[in-house]
Amino acid sequence: MPAYEHTPEPFKRPPELDGGRSNAPVAIVGAGPVGLALAVDLAQRGVACTVLDDNNVVSVGSRAICWAKRTLEIFDRLGVGQRMLDKGVTWKVGRLFHGDDPVYDFDLLPEEGHAYPAFINLQQYYVEEYLLDRAKEFPDLIDLRFLSKVTDHTPTETGVALTVETPEGRYTLDADWMVACDGAGSPTRKRMDLAFEGQTFTEQFLIADIEMEGEFFDGPPERWFWFDPTFHPGKSALLHQQPDNIYRIDLQLDRDTDAESVADEETVLPRIRAIVGDRPFRLDWMSIYTFRCITLDRYVHGPVIFAGDSAHVVSPFGARGGNGGIQDIDNLGWKLAAVIAGEAPRALIDTYDTERRRAARENIVNSARATNFMTPKTPIEALFRAETLRMAHDQPFARRIINSGRLSTPCALTGEALQTPGTAPLEPGRALLDAPLGDDWLVRVMPDGFVLLGIGTVVLPDVAGIARMGIDQNADYPCYPDRDGYALDRYGRDRAYLIRPDGHVAAVFDTPTAQAVERARDRALGRMLEDA
Amino acid sequence: MSKPTHDSRLDPAATDDVYAAIMAAHDGLTDAQSHALNARLVLLMANALGDADEVATLCRTARVYAG
Repeated sequence: MPAYEHTPEPFKRPPELDGGRSNAPVAIVGAGPVGLALAVDLAQRGVACTVLDDNNVVSVGSRAICWAKRTLEIFDRLGVGQRMLDKGVTWKVGRLFHGDDPVYDFDLLPEEGHAYPAFINLQQYYVEEYLLDRAKEFPDLIDLRFLSKVTDHTPTETGVALTVETPEGRYTLDADWMVACDGAGSPTRKRMDLAFEGQTFTEQFLIADIEMEGEFFDGPPERWFWFDPTFHPGKSALLHQQPDNIYRIDLQLDRDTDAESVADEETVLPRIRAIVGDRPFRLDWMSIYTFRCITLDRYVHGPVIFAGDSAHVVSPFGARGGNGGIQDIDNLGWKLAAVIAGEAPRALIDTYDTERRRAARENIVNSARATNFMTPKTPIEALFRAETLRMAHDQPFARRIINSGRLSTPCALTGEALQTPGTAPLEPGRALLDAPLGDDWLVRVMPDGFVLLGIGTVVLPDVAGIARMGIDQNADYPCYPDRDGYALDRYGRDRAYLIRPDGHVAAVFDTPTAQAVERARDRALGRMLEDA
Repeated sequence: MSKPTHDSRLDPAATDDVYAAIMAAHDGLTDAQSHALNARLVLLMANALGDADEVATLCRTARVYAG
């Protein structure tokens, strides 16, 4: 009996089955974390969408569990961040073992002054449940359709016509945009016959979720990673704590292992016992996986857009899959809304492609390197790794070489077309940094849309369509004191930042004029791009 | 024998770049070819360091682990 009880979502007969015909500005294929996050993001911007999913329950199995600080800040903007934080297991220290000896630990957020921690662990089924609850708060804007399988799509003059199969029949849905959030095996991608090739790893890994009473860690929960532990010789193992007394254990398997033969409890249970000692536990979920590191060549194909695993897949070491997908949505939501509202040219959508492919490349490089270190392919690779681990016991430089996963950080979009070049402590393209402001937090008080943020003695011009916010200022827009000096440290004094709706810096100013701010905003909206 | 300790002189991203570059240099070589490449690399890096005392210290550290 799994710890999480799934509640099936009802099938609601859509109007199209009775001759009605609804036009969806945006059709979202897939109600996983990525699809649901996009639905909420669009709804918060007043854009209606229809979400189609062939299933009717949230994720079976814990799947993506590590949610990074930047992703949590995005979830905060989407209205589910606090709920995730309250439920999730907070951690920031990763500890590495070689054999049975601890050799190294790294702190992913050594500094104070952030509302959200470096990471929380929270099962994907909770993330989807919370996003689904949030989506239901927008009944007029988010049309949730479960047991609705998209079986075909064809371009039309104005967008895409989707063929949807349901238990009560088949219908056609016309959409201006179609966003494929249908996962690593994306039927949309396959239907379009798009090349999706890259590095394939032959190693298999086994995931086991176990339920275990009591505290496993003496102190705060950590991420534990073993190279060559005595309980699993010659291989690697990873342990994470999740809510509800659930622990995730990943075990690397032999390359040519017959998956069926190791996935039985007789083989798995002794290894788990070796990790957890004599504590009683119960196996909650088990799965064997292999992985690839791949990205599509393009994420935007006319009115069809790919986001999340349908666009790019990575190895799990580094938590860059789920986090990368949510950060795709952060980048796409405001752009789609601006184009639909007629405020920006369609070319703005092409910058989703360039900006997020850059992030995907970064995620792929990092996750592929971690996997290469974990699974040496040749005797010489194995030798370098063995000597690195041997020296890591007493050589600080060697500890840094050990790669058990470089954990997800936001991609800097420096130098991309939408950003106005400039110099500042937080340079154009970077994602905003949180700081305590008065009794609140910067990421929580940021207004929606474009924001002109002023720190210290800088005068912010009033530009239509751009909200203003001050730190250590007195003005007729919201101003907050820099409580402990973090904001000044992170942003510098007496300057202004133009922040995009996704929290990335679009431009910086020493003395912002209305004209310069407007021009930078227009540039960030893609108004200076050639329409493709 | 006590061994000197060596702190990292590369930032985290550069550390991964360096490791990946060395692995790439070995890509596709036989064990014997890799062995020879390592020798060449050590000599090249020693020359790039340009400091005989430092090379001697590194030799001593590396040798300690041979036991």
